[in-house]
Amino acid sequence: MVQIFFTYFALVSIAAGILTVSLRNPVHCGIALLALLGHVAGLFVLLHAEFVAVVQIIIYAGAILILYLFVLMLLNLKTEERYFHRRHAWYITGVGALTVELLLVLLASRFGGAKGPAAVEAVEQIGNSMAIGILMFSDYLLPFEIVGIFLLGAIVGAIVLAKTPSPADLSGDER
Amino acid sequence: MVPISAYVVVSAILFVTGLAGVLIRRNFIIVMMSVEIMLNAANINLVAFASHLDSLGGQIMALFVIAIAAGEAAVGLAIIIVVFRGKLATNVDQINLLKW
Repeated sequence: MVQIFFTYFALVSIAAGILTVSLRNPVHCGIALLALLGHVAGLFVLLHAEFVAVVQIIIYAGAILILYLFVLMLLNLKTEERYFHRRHAWYITGVGALTVELLLVLLASRFGGAKGPAAVEAVEQIGNSMAIGILMFSDYLLPFEIVGIFLLGAIVGAIVLAKTPSPADLSGDER
Repeated sequence: MVPISAYVVVSAILFVTGLAGVLIRRNFIIVMMSVEIMLNAANINLVAFASHLDSLGGQIMALFVIAIAAGEAAVGLAIIIVVFRGKLATNVDQINLLKW
């Protein structure tokens, strides 16, 4: 049963990824990206990461993708006749070959890795989100605070960048 | 039980797809969507290895990656709006003033 769901989520997410980079209309690309994000959230559920799956749907599909679609609608883009760089398409072969090579090396690795304390049964006793919360506010407290400062900087930067310049700013060239 | 190599293969395919999008698309917004695909591929890897190694650190790192993707989207889209307002261009090969 898990294999069937995994095959479905994997195939649809790969197909949606390919559609995202190959469709002509940017809005259709956004819809394909939405399908990709939803199916990747399904993969997270299969991996017993329910909290990450829900956060993926709320933040990625609910906030980030809506931001993309807002900007797409705001800019009123024309559909381009030439929308690919044909010249750079050669690099992909090299990158793909390198990735396959790295995968073969990594998957044949003899090192198994040390098992951590959070087995699936142990996590399910207190619930996935509670386990993540306990760990995030104890061991990962400093990265959590850093991400908070980072998000504040991103918000302020986005507002300052996208603000309509006032006429006084435009005329004051001597500064 | 699905082996971890299956997840790693899916993640690698998605990453190469996103990289292809960054390299060959001309529209800046689609380039940023391709970056999101690559971040998602990295997230699949993090969560798959967290499940494989019985550790929650990978899931927390995936949450941080999602937060950083949100910041990247906000700042990148603000930059697109500024560039579009001044130049009426959203193609990456028309935005070349910094190439000198």
